[in-house]
Amino acid sequence: MEVDIVPVEGELNVGPQHPGSGHMRIYVKLNGDIIVDADLDVGYVHRSVEKLSEVRNYMHLIPLVERPAILDSIHMNLGYIMAVEKILGVDVPERAQYLRTLAAEINRIASHLYGTGILAIFLGHSTGFMWGFGDREVWVEILQALTGARVTNSYIIPGGVRRDLTPAIKEMIEKAIAYQRKKVQDWYKIFVKNPNIRDRLENVGVMTRENAIKWGAVGPNLRASGVYYDVRKIEPYAAYDKVDFEIPVYKEGDAYARLLVRFEEIEQSMRILEQVIKNIPEGNILSDRFFKQIPPTRLKKWWEGQRRVVFPGYYASFRPPRGEAISRVEAARGELVYYVVSDGSPHPYRLRMITPSYRLIYVFKELAKGARYADLVAIYGSLDYFPPEADR
Amino acid sequence: MAQTVQSILNSIFSQVQSKFKVTGKVESDKRASIQVDRSQIVEVADFLKSLGFDHVKSVTAIDYPDAQEFEVVYHISSYSNIDLAKTIVALRTRVKYDDPKLPSLYKIWESVWTGERETYEMYGIIFEGHPDLRRLFLPEDFEGVYPMRKSYKIKTEGLFVDKPS
Repeated sequence: MEVDIVPVEGELNVGPQHPGSGHMRIYVKLNGDIIVDADLDVGYVHRSVEKLSEVRNYMHLIPLVERPAILDSIHMNLGYIMAVEKILGVDVPERAQYLRTLAAEINRIASHLYGTGILAIFLGHSTGFMWGFGDREVWVEILQALTGARVTNSYIIPGGVRRDLTPAIKEMIEKAIAYQRKKVQDWYKIFVKNPNIRDRLENVGVMTRENAIKWGAVGPNLRASGVYYDVRKIEPYAAYDKVDFEIPVYKEGDAYARLLVRFEEIEQSMRILEQVIKNIPEGNILSDRFFKQIPPTRLKKWWEGQRRVVFPGYYASFRPPRGEAISRVEAARGELVYYVVSDGSPHPYRLRMITPSYRLIYVFKELAKGARYADLVAIYGSLDYFPPEADR
Repeated sequence: MAQTVQSILNSIFSQVQSKFKVTGKVESDKRASIQVDRSQIVEVADFLKSLGFDHVKSVTAIDYPDAQEFEVVYHISSYSNIDLAKTIVALRTRVKYDDPKLPSLYKIWESVWTGERETYEMYGIIFEGHPDLRRLFLPEDFEGVYPMRKSYKIKTEGLFVDKPS
């Protein structure tokens, strides 16, 4: 019997209640099962961080700016503080710089595991999902021990960090690295080299080098398309110029390459962690300028007793000089840019936060065009797009 | 030839200055800012692209209610040129409240797509030539002034807020 296949045009709404959309609606125009156009309806989790920053003091903004990407909060925190420090003109002690690198890399591993887990569940591989979230727990525990909070850490403050590293945390990190190395091998066996997963990801959502540059892709997605660009190497911040690591770059530009880049970055991050633990210098974790303002009785109780920093009164509502600063960091999903304009008041006059996922909106839209409808979730998951981060 | 980043930005700036009527300065070895009139922004952007700046990191507007104008800032940088990648150049222009129109740079850098759309929605600045100038983040039934303008006041509530006198 012969079957006539008639191409049918139509539209489909994916989300916002679809399990494969996150907090976003993807409006897909189809011809048969080929996606003609995809329109990303974002904004379901918009919290207007930029507007609220006009009525909040610089310190009060720390918990707010890290909220958009709760699974990558250290980076959100770090980028913002670096911009504020530029305006204030504060130097950061060496030990604090190392601690920032340490916290950021732990967060990067946790975030990559989260992204892989989400990709796995999109592809119907629930073991990958559970493994990703289970492994992530190990790193979240370390962050909790280091900073006192599980996800929104608010760890980094102008001039330094809030808490010091202890021998117990060092031991935790060493154990976690040994565990994760072993586990990554299992990951390769069950997920990355799984023939089903490879079939779903290879040659899917191919982004050429030219397109990646033109569309302004960021992070692992950019590097999977053959562009060597990583802020940690291009414009080193924290202690990245003192540690030795490599940037994985792939030429293929497909969904599989993006997965591989992220997996190899986990290994590189663990290399950085080892070096940080080994080479971290002794010293203070807060700039002298602020440290001297802490009253001696409080210093005795908190700093000498528990190696924790208490905020001096200066932080309550400091007024940075007029000026503007732009800072960039390599967050787990890619480059994160902060642009802060100060008019001399205790609030920023304008705070612009350009998150990696925000810049992926256009990339996702363009990549989906021409793909098969069944591959939409594979492209989505491989981009590691996180809707709240795009909305801010 | 070992060319430092500082001199790269300086030479770019002097090249732009010799061809167009611009002001601005090289702020450090990694940052520069170029102020240009809106009638020339397309040509300047095109020239910067030919020098190797291949993407836009962000499109931002800043509201200055006293002067009744907006400043639109494009932060541009490069992926393909490793020396230019170390720099961020802010391309600035000003538009008046009563005529908030600007030619879109979409034809030069496609990566402005998201940023211009958001700036349109939040400030009401119209980017002429943008292929898809619609709302992006706000709800469909949102009413009132453009929310990122300074005239939009955030309603605060709670115990510790002073009542308006």
